[in-house]
Formats: sequence, C-alpha cells, structure tokens
Amino acid sequence: MTTTTEPTTFWGRLWTRFNNFFSTIANPGNFLNYSAKILPWLAGLSAIGFATGLYITFFKTPLDEEMGQTVIIMFVHVPAAWIAQMSYALVAASSFGLLVWRHPLADVSAKAAAPLGATITFLCLVTGSIWGRPDWGTYWQWDLRMTSVLVLFLLFIGLITLRSAIEEETQAGKITAILALVGVILLPVIKLSVEWQQSALHQKAGIIRGEVAIEFLIPLFIMALSYTLLFFYLHMKAMRAEIYRRRTISQQRRLAYEDHQD
Amino acid sequence: MNAFLALLKRDIRLSLKEGGTIGIALGFNLIVVTILPLGIGPDQNLLNQIAPGVLWVTLLLSLLLSLDRLFLTDHEEGTLEQMFHGPLPLELVVVAKALAHWLTVGVPLSLMTPALGLLMNLSTEQFGILTLAALIGTPALSFLGAIGAALTLGLKRGGLLLPLLILPFFIPTLIFGVSTTTGYLFPAGNYDSALALLAAISLSSIVLAPFPTAWALRFNMN
Repeated sequence: MTTTTEPTTFWGRLWTRFNNFFSTIANPGNFLNYSAKILPWLAGLSAIGFATGLYITFFKTPLDEEMGQTVIIMFVHVPAAWIAQMSYALVAASSFGLLVWRHPLADVSAKAAAPLGATITFLCLVTGSIWGRPDWGTYWQWDLRMTSVLVLFLLFIGLITLRSAIEEETQAGKITAILALVGVILLPVIKLSVEWQQSALHQKAGIIRGEVAIEFLIPLFIMALSYTLLFFYLHMKAMRAEIYRRRTISQQRRLAYEDHQD
Repeated sequence: MNAFLALLKRDIRLSLKEGGTIGIALGFNLIVVTILPLGIGPDQNLLNQIAPGVLWVTLLLSLLLSLDRLFLTDHEEGTLEQMFHGPLPLELVVVAKALAHWLTVGVPLSLMTPALGLLMNLSTEQFGILTLAALIGTPALSFLGAIGAALTLGLKRGGLLLPLLILPFFIPTLIFGVSTTTGYLFPAGNYDSALALLAAISLSSIVLAPFPTAWALRFNMN
C-alpha cells in the first residue's frame, strides 16, 4: 500500500495491524459496514447466552446455604455492576479519544454509551436494593459502595443533561468529554470502597480470590458475558443511529443551502 | 506573578464592591439554618446531633449559589477574552479567580459557622474544630466548583445545571468535614486524620482542577 517499511518484530507488526484496523474502523462509513456484519452475531450470541445463563440460574444452581433462594438475584445484580463500571470506562475512553485525536466517531461512541450506562447503573441499584431487603434486612444502607454507585448514576445523568443543554453539537461533545474525564476519579473509589470501609455490608471481591463456589461461578460468568454482548449490541446500534442522524442533519443543511443558492 | 496578584486583587475588590455575592451567600446560609429547625421541630438533642451535617450541607449549597458567577460577568463583558490573550496562562487566571472566590465567599461562610452553630445547639467545644474544618475544606469547593462554572459557562440556564454536575464531587469534602466532629468514619475526638484528608483534598484540587477548568474555558470561548 504505502511506502512505509513493515516493522520486522512480531510486536511491531501487531502494532501496525492494530493501528491500521483502528484507522479503518474509525471511518464512519467503514464502521457502518463492519457493524452491520457484527450486529446479528452480537444479538444472537447474547440471546443464547441469556437463555443458557437464566436456565442454569433458575433450574440448575444449588441454593446457597445462607441466602437460600435469593442468591439468584446475584446473577442479575453482579454483572450489572460490572457492566455499569465498564460503560463509564467506555464513556471516559471515548471522551479521551475525542479530546486527543478529535475524532467525531469517539464522540458518537461517548454519546451512545451514556444513556446505556445510566440504565444499567439504575438496574444495578434496583436489583441490589431488592436483594438487600431479604439478606441484610434493608432496601438501602449508606454503605460506601452503594453510595458510590449512586453517585456514578448521578454522574451519568449529569453527562446526559449537560450534553442536551448545549445547543451546538461539537461544542457539547467536547464540554461533556471534560466532565467525563474528571469523573474518572470515581471508578477507583467504587472499586476500593469495600476495602476502605471495614463495616461495609458488601463483601470484598471474593470472585478474584476464589471464594465463590464453582457452581455459582459458571452461571455468573455466562450472565456477565451475555450482559457484555448485549451492551455492545445496544451500543453499536445506538452509534449507527447517531451516525445516520448526523448525516441526515448535514444533508438537510446542504439542501437548505442549495435551495438558498437558487 | 504581578499579573496574578493584580488579577487576584481586582477580583476580590470587585466582589467586595458588588456586595451581592457575599451577601447572598451568607444570607442564604442563615435563612436555611433558620428554616430547618422550624421544619424539624425544636428538639434540642436532635438539633445538636444533626448540627454538623446540617451546617456542612448548607455551607455547600450557599457556596454553590455564587459559583455560576465565577466567570460569567467577565465572559459577558469580554474581559475573560482579554485575559485569554494576556500574559498570564489561563490556568493561573483560573487559580486567581478561584482563590478570590474562596477568600470572599468560602472564608466568610466558614467564619459564620459558630454563629449558626448556636442556632443549631451545637456543643461549644465543637465550634473551633468545625470552623477549622470548614476553612481547610472550602478551597476544594471553590476550585472544584470552578470546573462546573467553566463547563456551564455558555449556557442560558447554567446556574441550574451546575449543582447537578458539581455536587457529586463535593461529597468527599462533605464526608470528611462532618467526620471531624461526629466520629462518622474515625473514632470521635480523633479528628486529625479527617483534617489531614480534608487538607489533602483541598491541595490536590488546587493543583489539578485548574487544568480541566482552563480546558473548558478555551472550548467555551471560541
């Protein structure tokens, strides 16, 4: 293709590949083509994943000794908590991409991810609250982790509101991106909250330390994977809609301009 | 440095002469603390218990009230654009303005704490520590608030959006500020760690917050 010499090392070639892939996908037209091919797969896999995960959860998982039936809520709640944090990380990464490389597609990604993140954070809060009542005897407790997830939800709301309050769209994207980057401070707080507050109701991350039995782990990971696939399906879908919306607007502007010229 | 001091002096003089900013902040703080016990009922023990929290929350809200004007007047009359082209980096302009805001709003509000403490039946031995905590904690509020003021600068109703954007970032200051007196996170009476954490938040806000603020200002000015 171009006159640049191919790097000889394995990692060098991998990096070039990655860069080429990234600059291809960053073109909105290419993105529309690729995403059209990927979308059905994401939808199908996520549907299969949810069907398997929920079947195992409801019919195959043994009841927990302490929690009994309510352990089932874990398979809805814990993945939601993971994806909520991941979606914020995605918003922040896209915002970084917008501010550093000034690429419009990064803005499209950030804009599409924020309402999804807000929804899934809300889901996490609601399921947690429903789970908390039978197990801890309360719907809500101001423990540091719940509080920080609630703040994460507020941050998503702030991002959405700020964007919709600014009329000029490129301006709105940049300003919102700054808020998104400032808010990154919250992610480590959520992660470390259970370590800081010894009296917290939430247990420490037992999954990484291997304290959760294998019969719970398998459905949990199936559910987490399905959640991830569903999230990226919805995210890609929303990005496509946003690209088409922006194209329509610029086309309308061009037509209006041409009409004016005649 | 001269330019920095000149700007700081100018901003302090402006907000003293305008009068509105400080008066509104102090008056708002007073009226909220007056209204709350009327709503809750004059139970002296209850008031004593909730006093630190109430005083901190009203402090946050009163300070927030004056934040939207931090860059607004200068932006509307074009002075901000002059500063943009002036000798001082925009980050330092932000530092000067936020510092002036702290000196003219944060400090008076903090010093008001004992008077409001009387209304809330706060134990007298807590007056000193709560005022000190407010003095140490409020710089963070002015500097973090500057981010929000810069983000909402171009908006018609930015003042309404500002609390939603910026209050989440005030939470750590609130928590550590209240825990100096209540033993909320640390054993009661052991306020050193809470004060140290407040100072840490304030100092890191002073250093870090001017960068996103200046960034947002640049986007909002062209």
